[in-house]
Amino acid sequence: MADVLVCVKRAPDTSGEVVLTADGGSIDGRYAGYSMSSHEECAVEIAVSVAGDTGGSVTVLTLGDDDSVEQLRAALAVGADEAVRIDATADDYGPADVAAAIAEVVQARAGEGRPFDLVLVGNDAADTGDHQVGIRLAHLLDRPVVAGAQEVAVSGDRLEVRSSVSGPTEVFDVPMPAVLTVWEGGVEPRYPNISGRMKAKKARIEVLEPSGAPRGSGRLGLRVLPPPESNVEVLGEGKTAAPRLVDVLRELGVVR
Amino acid sequence: MSVLVLVEPEDLDDLGAGLSVVSQEVLTFARSLPGDEVDAVLVGAVGQPTEAVLAHCREQGVRTLHVSPDARLERYAARAWARVVDAAAEAGGAAYLIGGGTPHGNEVLAHVAAARSVPMPCNVVAVVQSEPLEVERQVVGGAVLERVALGDGAGLAVASVAGHAVAPQAAPSPGPAHVAEVDVELTDADLAAQVVRIEAREGGDTSALTGANVVVGAGRGVGGPDQFDDVEALAARLGGAVGVSRVVTSLGWRPHHEQVGQTGSRIAPDLYLACGISGAIQHWAGCSSSKTIIAINTDGEAPMVTKARYAVIGDMHEVIPAVLEELS
Ligand SMILES: Cc1cc2nc3c(=O)[nH]c(=O)nc-3n(C[C@H](O)[C@H](O)[C@H](O)COP(=O)(O)OP(=O)(O)OC[C@H]3O[C@@H](n4cnc5c(N)ncnc54)[C@H](O)[C@@H]3O)c2cc1C
Repeated sequence: MADVLVCVKRAPDTSGEVVLTADGGSIDGRYAGYSMSSHEECAVEIAVSVAGDTGGSVTVLTLGDDDSVEQLRAALAVGADEAVRIDATADDYGPADVAAAIAEVVQARAGEGRPFDLVLVGNDAADTGDHQVGIRLAHLLDRPVVAGAQEVAVSGDRLEVRSSVSGPTEVFDVPMPAVLTVWEGGVEPRYPNISGRMKAKKARIEVLEPSGAPRGSGRLGLRVLPPPESNVEVLGEGKTAAPRLVDVLRELGVVR
Repeated sequence: MSVLVLVEPEDLDDLGAGLSVVSQEVLTFARSLPGDEVDAVLVGAVGQPTEAVLAHCREQGVRTLHVSPDARLERYAARAWARVVDAAAEAGGAAYLIGGGTPHGNEVLAHVAAARSVPMPCNVVAVVQSEPLEVERQVVGGAVLERVALGDGAGLAVASVAGHAVAPQAAPSPGPAHVAEVDVELTDADLAAQVVRIEAREGGDTSALTGANVVVGAGRGVGGPDQFDDVEALAARLGGAVGVSRVVTSLGWRPHHEQVGQTGSRIAPDLYLACGISGAIQHWAGCSSSKTIIAINTDGEAPMVTKARYAVIGDMHEVIPAVLEELS
């Protein structure tokens, strides 16, 4: 039986144009919307399937304001059993602060005799891209951690973890309790069904107050990169452009 | 005061290939930091460094190359590797520790930063101010730059450098690249998360993509999982690899290891030929360092087209076969 904690973040959707808030201090997602990143969607999927395979449970956690309940409900809708929100403004928290806040919850649960066997986080959040929350968390909890985990199989109290993000597939065999930072691409996140959505709507969200003040991310400012000036040379339209395109390929020396 | 650079080999199985391009870039970047000397540390390559590795180090002005003789480090174990990196920083009196913003680079550096309880800005692209030292780093997949301080004078300043943020350049004068062995007492906890075996992937892995001189990119515009024949034929004809957008992997048309972008691979080929790809920010994050970009797209206004050097406006499934015929 593996009880799993999966941590997600509400981040502004940035597939289109990125807009900064008036003070330039953060990214404004009011127009484009918010979501959890695809790494985290995959983490939720792995959490739900590991718990399902072992008869364990899934708790989903976020550190964020009241709006971030939307992301918790998204995880509840696909099978998470419980949800916890650490009530804080995510922008005030640097990666070390987030790791410390999660560690506190993990330790408190262990103190209550309901420890988490596995803690999953996304490898890096879509907005801040810090690549380190899971690793700091593992150090605070003194647990092994694998970054870039894409596929996870449980056998007894060990995990077989696969990661192909650095080239050939690396296979790890780690004892639980452990921390994994999940990278998209190994599993297909499931879609919520109607009963999942209904359950998520009604689920109780546990709200926790953070214990200490965060040190912050150290952000001094943000700058949106202006799009580079276009100097595109249009070679033509449709297949009639093929001869010119081939000339360019030859000039570039890529035709063997 | 010195800068220590975590370097990675181009190919862990063939150290004769020297250092990775990203590592050479980071060694170049190291010279923009306030330090008198640049040292390097190479982990996982047990035994004497090859001549190719040493040649890259000398060219980049490296004073000392730290290596570890411990055979247990041959297989990747981030926390154990970090112990070696940490010890090398100690031995060389490093004020800064940097490495490539690659999956392994970020992971190992994060272990060092966590163990020392110091910050670690990721994917730094430039030094913007020297006193106090401030850098800019990529956030939101590279669409936004965040300004942060690097180091506060107390303790080691750790950061990763975004792949292809700078071009590798030889140092003004070559360095001696003395080889020094670092010995650390590893614990079981250091080795608890270690690669137990490597599996070759059917149909290749990310290294085919990241190492290619030519990448033929394919996005949603391909139309379906069975529409890749012309793309594959063109990649084969140009001796290149196929790279795809996230839409293509999410739809299950192609495997994730072919994905280019923020959550895929970062590439820097001589030519990126992007077909049916709109050029979203997260895709651009992975391909913007390509030397030349050519876009084939039905939409002349697509960001991929306006950002490209050359473009053909039209249906990729008409253009590519015509190109193949022209080349035959
Ligand atoms: C956190 C996050 C991470 C992400 N990471 C990545 C990533 O790593 N990599 C990535 O690629 N995306 C990533 N994305 C997704 C990204 O925002 C875009 O959704 C995606 O890149 C779009 O893929 P596309 O260009 O194939 O599809 P579309 O945007 O749908 O573009 C299709 C293009 O094909 C053209 N077209 C259509 N038919 C034809 C035809 N017959 N011939 C020629 N052209 C045609 C259209 O004009 C259009 O320009 C990420 C998003 C988020 C939020």
